[in-house]
Amino acid sequence: MPVRPVSVGERIKRREDPRLIRGLASYTDDLKLHGGLYASFVRSDYAAGRIERIEASRALSRPGVVAVYTFEDLRGTVGRTPCVARPEAGRDAEHPLLADGRVRWVGQPIAVVVAEDRYLARDAALDVAVEISPTPAVVDPRAALAPDAPRVYADHADNIALHVPATGGPEVQKLFAEADGVVRLELLNQRLAPVSMEGRAVLAHWDEGPQRLTLWTSTQVPHLVKQSVAQCLGIAEIRIRVIAPEVGGGFGAKIPVYAEECLLPWISRKLRRPVKWSETRTENLLGTTHGRGHVHEIEAAYRKNGELLALRGRVISDVGAYPSFFGASIATFTPLMMPGCYHPKAIDVEVVCVYTNTMATDAYRGAGRPEAAYTVERVMDEIAAATGLDPVEVRRRNFIPKDAFPFTTATGAIYDSGDYELALAKALERFDYAGARARQAKARAEGRLVGIGVATFTEICGLGPSTGASPIQRTGSWESGVVRVEPTGNVVITTGVSPHGQGQETAFAQLAADAFGIDVNDVEVLHGDTDVVTHGVGTFGSRGLVVGGTAVHMALEKVLAKASRIAAHLLDAKPEQVHFDGESFRVAQSDRKLGFRQVAEAAHLWNVPIPGEEPGLEAVARFEPTGTTFPFGTHFCEVEIDADTGELELIRYVAVDDAGRIVNPLLADGQRLGGIVQGLGQALCEEVVYDESGQLLTATLLDYALPKAQMFPRIELDSTCTPTQLNPLGAKGIGELGTIGSTPCLVSAALDALRPRGVTHLDMPMKPERIWRALQEAAR
Amino acid sequence: MIPERFDYVAPRSLAEAVERVAKTPGAKLLGGGMSLIPALKHRLATAPLLVDLGRVPDLEGVSERRGRIAIGGRTTHAALAAASELEDVHVIRETAGAIGDAQVRNRGTIGGSLVHADPAADWPAAFLALDGEAIVVGPGGERSIPADRFFTGMLASAPRHDEVLTEVRFLVERKRAGTAYTKMRQAASGFAIAGVAAQVALDRKGRIERAALGITGVNPVPFRARALEQRLVGQTPDAATLRPLCARIEEADPMADLHASGPYRAHLAGVFALRALLSACARAAS
Repeated sequence: MPVRPVSVGERIKRREDPRLIRGLASYTDDLKLHGGLYASFVRSDYAAGRIERIEASRALSRPGVVAVYTFEDLRGTVGRTPCVARPEAGRDAEHPLLADGRVRWVGQPIAVVVAEDRYLARDAALDVAVEISPTPAVVDPRAALAPDAPRVYADHADNIALHVPATGGPEVQKLFAEADGVVRLELLNQRLAPVSMEGRAVLAHWDEGPQRLTLWTSTQVPHLVKQSVAQCLGIAEIRIRVIAPEVGGGFGAKIPVYAEECLLPWISRKLRRPVKWSETRTENLLGTTHGRGHVHEIEAAYRKNGELLALRGRVISDVGAYPSFFGASIATFTPLMMPGCYHPKAIDVEVVCVYTNTMATDAYRGAGRPEAAYTVERVMDEIAAATGLDPVEVRRRNFIPKDAFPFTTATGAIYDSGDYELALAKALERFDYAGARARQAKARAEGRLVGIGVATFTEICGLGPSTGASPIQRTGSWESGVVRVEPTGNVVITTGVSPHGQGQETAFAQLAADAFGIDVNDVEVLHGDTDVVTHGVGTFGSRGLVVGGTAVHMALEKVLAKASRIAAHLLDAKPEQVHFDGESFRVAQSDRKLGFRQVAEAAHLWNVPIPGEEPGLEAVARFEPTGTTFPFGTHFCEVEIDADTGELELIRYVAVDDAGRIVNPLLADGQRLGGIVQGLGQALCEEVVYDESGQLLTATLLDYALPKAQMFPRIELDSTCTPTQLNPLGAKGIGELGTIGSTPCLVSAALDALRPRGVTHLDMPMKPERIWRALQEAAR
Repeated sequence: MIPERFDYVAPRSLAEAVERVAKTPGAKLLGGGMSLIPALKHRLATAPLLVDLGRVPDLEGVSERRGRIAIGGRTTHAALAAASELEDVHVIRETAGAIGDAQVRNRGTIGGSLVHADPAADWPAAFLALDGEAIVVGPGGERSIPADRFFTGMLASAPRHDEVLTEVRFLVERKRAGTAYTKMRQAASGFAIAGVAAQVALDRKGRIERAALGITGVNPVPFRARALEQRLVGQTPDAATLRPLCARIEEADPMADLHASGPYRAHLAGVFALRALLSACARAAS
């Protein structure tokens, strides 16, 4: 038994929070370098057009304006905007850092103004006259598929960026022929803006002496930024240091490496001065990647006992005006995860990624999986409505049974572990489903529109193995962790998963505290600096703990093994006689022992050399995932709809999630609450809207409706624990789970409330007017 | 979000504020800044000079004399939501509490909101329903502007650019009378998609003697629902009676935008008129 209380599993408050709350943290925009300049971008006001003229003389005449650059200045000296998921030749688009004579979306950078201060830079940017001859734009992804649609790239045969055809195989045909019924759905999964609290910001400093670039940027993936900027600018990676200082959220939109992150280093090298840019909220809404933007045309074959037999149809993904970093690959997750936690025998879904004259889309919390979960959960509710079965019962009948894991789905995903019945049973009890249905019946008898929603779901996390990585990425999907024990016995950890709100500094310190029997505060976790951390990929795909944390865990084990050998030598014992009790190394059947800190000191002092060992106490470990993890959960909610106005009130929300073993339940709850509310935002109010000409109508937070605390009741959280066998922590990933469950759950409840009035379909966001109109139309 | 260059002064007297704003063409008065500052940052508005009213004395607070309530033009929404003098003037408390978010309520002012005349702002509804008057002071001295002549167009109001709104006044009936404000919030901004303020007086038999309804968020200019007000006289204040009467608001000439269509706004005007009326009537009867 350990002699001190374990830290893993404790609700420890985030060690990051005091500095963040007190304003003592430094974000990119807080950094100031001597002689620093400021950049401001001139962006396109048109969604499509030819640039006829750029006139910068007035801007340049302002005292304090240093330079104005356009594509002509860059020509031949830089590569394309970084992209990993490149479409095939003929469909790919070499998106330039600044518009090369054509504009393709409102907000596209055309020129950059560099000045002595940011106010001057902004004024001067507005002085740059850009003359554009507009050409027809295409904004709606389905319209973009029409043969006569305006083409986003004139030299392409059509607007398709990526096409994964359906197989049309005989098995699916057979299953549809055998079915008792078919559900047909056309579902919009609207475009969303990630809206991290801190926008993007970049500070570049080319140091002419040592010939080195230091790039501070608000990114989720500093190592990928280093590679991408090196490729784009033709600078050796060893000459680049990328630092992600404090990063105020990302939600996927800070994974892409953007034109601005390449341009500022180019400017700094040209002018030999540091240069900084930080986006405004409107620039964030115009020019930082959006998420979702899917249309699903789906048919589901089912038996009258509620069994889902097969799915077929088409996923249309709006990738916007250019292939963003991972943009064209996001939608390929959608068919993969369309089985959800069920076992349809076949899935045959085509994926079409379409260019439109809008901002590019890319990963956004869940990235392709929320879209899949939304669709299959809508299918489940439709089967329930068609068969007259309870929606919970339909799901239960389709669950993959717990003894079937590891389970290979019809789409080839290998689910590691799961016990869907367990989470469902707990949620049913916690929510008091039977009682809720009884109260609903009473409310309905009074004419009230009360609805109960359910979602049972799973998702794919801990992305790897490296066999699936793109060669362009030039790094596998493994993560590294370094554990260095100082002579004092204090511990420094470096991790390749660069956090931006997740709390690695706390969770990883907990792992070390338990491994060595030291205090959490005696552990320092370093991250987000490519000169300090040799290798890293990122937290995305809920990889933080699953992949990054496992690498740290493995390094801790290596250090402990070495410490144990050192202790054995110092204690005159055989290594196999020594064990670590959580605080000290003890020799079996004796009272001889050495504390962890004593061993650490001896390892560094080395006045008693240990044969066959190197001095010091440090280890690096690299974790290559052998497979992906599939956390899951059941969510229930209750809503009431005001028939006079269409307003929806969320009365209750219960979430039972299973992400395997949890290191810090408090942090996990934070991830879940944030995720749930973000998913509810999609269901209720969030939507990026462009008009037909491609103007962004939701360019400020007065028009883009984020979810707010006042909209929701207290969300009730509970959990089950089904560990994965794929990593020694048993952790499955939790960052995206809430988002994936909550969106379909709320829509399920709204439709449940409205079905008695004849409403069978709603698209998101379920704004009051949309619900009110659905009620009006159903009443006709 | 960087505004064009502007100058800034913070005078310590009303006379000086009026003089400074009158002297500089294009100068603007700055109240709580909850509309003007964002407009400047987005460069939807420019001003060579901002004259901050923040240090001008005697522009804040609530007083009441014989049923006549006077509110200083620079009184914040938060102060009005919490003002003990207005505890039974529900329409003021409900309007103040329904504006934006806590940050906006702590800085935004009733005078600034009224003068700015945003078509979806909350205060115009109550100002109209209470038959208020606005006291403004300019280079020519003081004058009073009645509510029904205050709003002159979309984002346009009767005070001239060099007139400071120093006070909002209105009479509150308390005998068998009640008030209320109800609205639907625009999900992003918190402004009213439709907001209705009601003031009702009942006769001895409990029937509606007088009703005044101010409606915001619906038309480009906030308005009184005069046709409905007339229909209401003599009616029993229960839902069954009032609902059909509120089904149509004749004066509605609704705006349409991203957040709500015209027909929906017109429909909501009736729904919230009914709700405000029922609430005001219940208070009048109690």
